Amino acid sequence: MQQYETVIILTPLLSEEVAKETITKFSTFLTENGAEIIHEDNWGLRKLAYPIEKKSTEFFHLTEFKAPGDLISKLELQYKRDERIMRFLTIALDKHALAYNEKKRSGAFNKKPKTEEAAK
Amino acid sequence: MAKEQKIQYVTAPKVDDNRKKYCRFKKNGIKYIDYKDANFLLKFINDQGKLLPRRLTGTSLKFQRKVAQAVKRARHIGLLPYVADSLK
Repeated sequence: MQQYETVIILTPLLSEEVAKETITKFSTFLTENGAEIIHEDNWGLRKLAYPIEKKSTEFFHLTEFKAPGDLISKLELQYKRDERIMRFLTIALDKHALAYNEKKRSGAFNKKPKTEEAAK
Repeated sequence: MAKEQKIQYVTAPKVDDNRKKYCRFKKNGIKYIDYKDANFLLKFINDQGKLLPRRLTGTSLKFQRKVAQAVKRARHIGLLPYVADSLK
C-alpha cells in the first residue's frame, strides 16, 4: 500500500454545507474502497493566484491516505465526473515527504500558523 | 590646474563577491520541498513568476529538479501564478 496525498479545489459557489457534503462524499468513497485516511486538512475559502474557470476564490481541501494503487484512477475518474471540483492533484508520497508531513502534523514548524490553524 | 580625473573602464569592473553560493537544501538538511508552502517557493521564482536558474540560487541539481516540480504543482492548484507582473 502506497501513501498518497490528494488536493481538491471546489468551486466557491457552493454553500458551506454542500462543500462539506462533497468532501465527505469523497472520503467515504475512499474508505469504502479499501483506503485508509490518515489526515485531512481543510483550508476553507482561499484566494487563487490566478482565475480558474473565471473564479478567483476556491475551497481547498487536502486528504492524505493509504491506498492500493489501482484506486487512484478510480478516484480521479470520480473527480472528473463531479462538476463541483475545479481542479485536483494527487501525488504519491515518498519517504522524505512522509517524514515531512509527520513533522508538520506534530507542529514542528511554528513558522506557518496558517496551515496549522486550519487543521484544528 | 589639476583636473579631477574620472576613471573610465572599457569593460564593467568585476565586483568581487567572495561569498560562495551553496545549496540551501543540502546545507540545512531539507529533504522534501512542500508544494503547499507558496511563501517558501517564492524564493525560487522571479517577479514574473518564472523559475530562477541554478546559477542564481545556488541550488544543487538534485534539489533544483524538486523545486521545479514543487513550483509546477503549486501553480496547478492555484497557489502560485503561471504568469505575473509584479510578484515581489
